Amino acid sequence: MDTALTLHRLHFAFTVTYHYIFPQLTMGLALLLAIFKTAARRTGNPLYDETTRFWAKIFGINFAIGVVTGIPMEFQFGTNWAGFAQAAGGIIGQPLAMEGVFAFFLESSFLGLFLYGEKRLGPTLHWLSGILLFLGSWLSGYFIVATDAWMQHPVGFSRDPGGNFLLESLSALLGNPWLVWQYLHTMLGAVVTGGTVVAAVGAFYLLLGKHSDHSRIFVRVGLLAAFCAAVLLLFPTGDRQGANIARDQPATLAAMEGLFETQEGAPIAILGQPDVAKKRLDNPLLVPRMLSFLTYQRWQAEVRGLDTIPGDLWPDNIPLLYFSYHIMVGLGTIFIALLGLAVWKLSRGRLYQSRSWLWVLMALLPFPYIANTAGWMTAELGRQPWLIYGLMRTDQGASSNVSAGNTLFTLLGFMGMYALLSILFLFLVSREIERGPGQGPR
Amino acid sequence: METVWFVLVALMIAGYVILDGFDLGAGIVHFGAARTEAERRQVLQSIGPVWDGNEVWLLAGGGTLYMAFPVLYAASFSGFYLPLMMVLWLLILRGIAIEFRSHVEGPVWGPLWDAVFCGSSILLAIFFGAALGNVVRGVPLDASGRFFLPLWTNFGATGEVGILDWYTISVGVLAFLTLTQHGALWVALKTDDPVRGRARRIAGFAWIGVAVMTLVVTHFTMQVQPLVREKLHSELGIWIFPLLALAGLAGVAWFRFKRRELAAFLSSSVFIAGMLCSAAFGLYPYVLPSNVDPQFSLSIHNASAGPHGLSVGMMWWLPGMLIALGYIAFVYRRFGGKVSMGESRH
Repeated sequence: MDTALTLHRLHFAFTVTYHYIFPQLTMGLALLLAIFKTAARRTGNPLYDETTRFWAKIFGINFAIGVVTGIPMEFQFGTNWAGFAQAAGGIIGQPLAMEGVFAFFLESSFLGLFLYGEKRLGPTLHWLSGILLFLGSWLSGYFIVATDAWMQHPVGFSRDPGGNFLLESLSALLGNPWLVWQYLHTMLGAVVTGGTVVAAVGAFYLLLGKHSDHSRIFVRVGLLAAFCAAVLLLFPTGDRQGANIARDQPATLAAMEGLFETQEGAPIAILGQPDVAKKRLDNPLLVPRMLSFLTYQRWQAEVRGLDTIPGDLWPDNIPLLYFSYHIMVGLGTIFIALLGLAVWKLSRGRLYQSRSWLWVLMALLPFPYIANTAGWMTAELGRQPWLIYGLMRTDQGASSNVSAGNTLFTLLGFMGMYALLSILFLFLVSREIERGPGQGPR
Repeated sequence: METVWFVLVALMIAGYVILDGFDLGAGIVHFGAARTEAERRQVLQSIGPVWDGNEVWLLAGGGTLYMAFPVLYAASFSGFYLPLMMVLWLLILRGIAIEFRSHVEGPVWGPLWDAVFCGSSILLAIFFGAALGNVVRGVPLDASGRFFLPLWTNFGATGEVGILDWYTISVGVLAFLTLTQHGALWVALKTDDPVRGRARRIAGFAWIGVAVMTLVVTHFTMQVQPLVREKLHSELGIWIFPLLALAGLAGVAWFRFKRRELAAFLSSSVFIAGMLCSAAFGLYPYVLPSNVDPQFSLSIHNASAGPHGLSVGMMWWLPGMLIALGYIAFVYRRFGGKVSMGESRH
């Protein structure tokens, strides 16, 4: 395998995977902050105001790292993926520029007002800043997912004689049939992260016996948001996303499921390890006919396996794709079960007293991050070997003029820099959690 | 339509340099203007609510450039790979220095991030200047439409050049002095004595340096890039930009002497806009000249996106930017006026 290409891929994979740890909490927390702030305005209960202030501080720390790790993402289209940037810039430049113009100015303007302007602005304008901050962060997600959806399912373009893509319809680009489900699925994933983090910190305080008035709000609101989002992630958004993959990316579906042979009444693999060389799934735990039913709603439907697809069109890392997908789906299922039981406990008024359930909620904290990361890895590894599905292969997109040595140098630089960011983030957030809610406005 | 986008991208870049320039400049003069903890907080508060928004101009400008001129984006970003990656690292360090400094109080935490804030601001100013110097001089674009420049070769300004040599570094120094002046004038505008007095003195020293380096850089630019010289001879209209820059420079001196801080800061902004437009329109219609063969140069015609993309882009870009300018103005008004020393932290 070409070393320079591998390093360019690792460079983007590392920086984007690390980056997305932060925006998923930003987008999830932005919704919860809007809810807390609205509740404060409606009820006049100072607990909601203090809850908003506490989470706004953590939001600010998280947002700052999201911004500084996000700038490299836009740059890398040009620096590491010049072939792709040149060919597709006429198309994906549109949503990327729109993100800057419509979302980033909105977010950055109202973040400052929301974090530092509570006393200057008065209640109505401060509430409005929170709502606009939520809007800005969700708009930003829309334009980024629109970019990815076009790479998954290119629409609304033509090609010039040099092979470059020309935009023919902006409305097709922004109304891509893949976009709506992919966007909702991504945003709901962010809400699960945001809700789980808020509920987990609340559970932590309740176990310590500290800040119990605030932490009941954290647990109640966080848990309900995370549970609703987890259900909607499975159906309809996950289901519809799967249908899009089955229709437009049959090789991806077969590789995700580890289905090497075309079958009528295909089973779904719960566990197992794909052995690509021998073209089989080792140690499989199968549910008969389930894949046919889930994909086509018929028990006997035929599902295409990898055997119908030439080897050079297979995703190039089938095991990692298979595991990413199974981790995402497995965790998603566990979330629905555990969060559902916790909601039931809550409705019976027994959650806050149950130490074992508070432990469960607290321990849940890292798992939505893992599920979101695995979900994006499923989408991006599933798209391989294509950069633009069916039209431009990944090996055609990297910067041919940037050598492996230079790429490795900057990849190591980013790794060091991001290790430092992780330490700072954990240090500052744990200080805020140590301090706890209950402080006055700034 | 390509020309309209050329003008808009130039305006976005000028907007970025003027707005993020004053908070970079505030970083450069941070140690010179502010001595005590309270004074340093005052400087940081003067940019605290707006610096992030200022940096968005880089992202939005970069996005607009990418949308309108994808070929230019691909060639220049990959060719300037190493310096751009270092710019990214500096932007990361600077961003966390500003945001995280106020979270902890203590005799080590504050000065540590002050040093990171100041150092990264200085290096960014020099890097941005050097980058502009490279674009104006031209790069070794060949038939592949790509180039790759090492960080330095033998520091000569012609032949096998690197990104850093005495010509591009002198542009970097000019950028550094310009932003020092710009930032000092902003700090003087937003603070009270003693920080204001020190900032004003720094601006005075910087002005002399800016005036000298402007002459030096202009002289050498005519030598390394004949396109600009020919342009000045053939098109009279283009003289408006250097004249605007001169008027801005004179305005800075006059209004600083008259102690009119806002007018001095705005004059500095005019100077920056005039200098950047002189460079951009001096090269127009080229956007990245080749020093191998002029036929490989990138111009607005061979580097732009398709016609539909350019025209449909205009439909949303103009209203989008008008809305954005609306709330940017709102933020600046809300955080207008001087930052007093006693105000609650950042």
